[in-house]
Amino acid sequence: MKNVARYQREIPQRYRLEAGKCTSCGYIAFPPRLICPKCKSKNFETIKLSDEGKILTFTIIRVSAEQFSKQTPFAVGIIELNDGVKITTQIVDTELDKIEIGKKVKIVFRKIQEDGHAGILCYGYKAIML
Amino acid sequence: MRDVVIIGAGMTKFGELWTKSIRDIFVEAALKAIEDAGVEYIDSMYIGSMSPGLFVEQEHIGALMADYLGITPIPATRVESACASGGAAFRQAFLEVASGASNIVLAGGVEKMTDAEDVTAALATAADQEYEVYQGITFPGLYALIAKAHMHQFGTTRKQLSDVAIKNHRNGSKNPNAQFGFEITPEQVMNSTMVADPLRLLDCSPVTDGAAAVIVASVEVAKNIKKDFVKVIASAQASDTIALHSRESFTTLGSVVKAAEKAYRMAGIKPKDVNLVEVHDCFTIAEILVSEDLGFFEKGKGGEAVENGLTSIESGKIAINTSGGLKAKGHPVGATGIAQIIEVYEQLLGKAGARQVKNARIGMTQNMGGTGASCVIHILEGK
Repeated sequence: MKNVARYQREIPQRYRLEAGKCTSCGYIAFPPRLICPKCKSKNFETIKLSDEGKILTFTIIRVSAEQFSKQTPFAVGIIELNDGVKITTQIVDTELDKIEIGKKVKIVFRKIQEDGHAGILCYGYKAIML
Repeated sequence: MRDVVIIGAGMTKFGELWTKSIRDIFVEAALKAIEDAGVEYIDSMYIGSMSPGLFVEQEHIGALMADYLGITPIPATRVESACASGGAAFRQAFLEVASGASNIVLAGGVEKMTDAEDVTAALATAADQEYEVYQGITFPGLYALIAKAHMHQFGTTRKQLSDVAIKNHRNGSKNPNAQFGFEITPEQVMNSTMVADPLRLLDCSPVTDGAAAVIVASVEVAKNIKKDFVKVIASAQASDTIALHSRESFTTLGSVVKAAEKAYRMAGIKPKDVNLVEVHDCFTIAEILVSEDLGFFEKGKGGEAVENGLTSIESGKIAINTSGGLKAKGHPVGATGIAQIIEVYEQLLGKAGARQVKNARIGMTQNMGGTGASCVIHILEGK
């Protein structure tokens, strides 16, 4: 399912949290976009997002899609990073009942999923509790 | 734009229709609608369907269905807006008649979900594949994120979520076309499997096969064939960010607010004028949010409203999901938007049987895709 080109083109975002910052209005696009949704500018500079933030909302996934079934139950939340960008990510290395809205987290580099037995290993970001 | 009316409707029973194919169920619903309307021809056809490619490996169903209905060479087009595909197809039919380009158009919807290998993965394509689904989130998971935020911000309770499911099953028990036409108890909801905290299995709409169709026409056509009709007094649609996390708020659905504003303005009415509404309760929390975003209740009070019975058929305030909603009637995604129209059409004609809302004159449908990245709203008026 995950063909290599499709996976590889997302690497800057998933491995290094690279985003596009609009040079006109300062809007941060993650992932990068071609046009700013706020001011319609097409000029962006590449920045690295903050790797710390807080939990805005979360859930525990107990019934998952096939490729995540070995990981269940696992937590997924929406994290607001310190620069205001929001991302959806797993919250790991914690007892599930310790997770609360408002708690601080740090973004780390982890394996996300495997594409079957013979496919590529897929990496990206997850959050750990601070 | 000229006035547009609905003059006929037909649908299959919703459920696990193992012995029937996608073409069988669509043709069944479409023939019922054409016969109900009593029209000799139709000018064109729009079919809402989210993903026949993933569910049954068949694209190009516009032509397929025109072929099997025996109505080639009329124009026939599939419309896709995830779970809002049916509502979007109806809107295209409405616009085509309103513009004067056609006089009689069939608006239908179909989904054949039980043939699919991985329904969860197919449905998840309505979210951001690369930045939501990649992380392991599911659709119940996304609505669970909304539920958690709504509970945290407004004190919405677990019991209020259950009350939505219980009320919709009570309504569905009076609908012969419902997939799960039976009542459920609070204990059954709380004992059902946890899918994504706080949402349990009985908070979720089911996997369903089904098709629905209506005939949309000009007033002149309706008068010529001397058919009772219901008038479409508003059609509105809005979009929002594909990813839930990109939004300012997770407890209000911007596309619903925007489409509702446009619809109320077009119809020249206010929320208090609406007698009944079919809302997109893909999960119980969705009905609570939407009942607020449509302006029936103050933000944060949707849970209390259902708990206090303000959304029941008998309430006299606003009857929500008299058909049983997606929860009990079933949710064949592409057909849902059309089935909502059919429920309101039948209510406004006084043909809803045991679930009839007394003195119903104005009804609304709210159909949405993804976590509200698409929303289509229609307002219908009876005599």
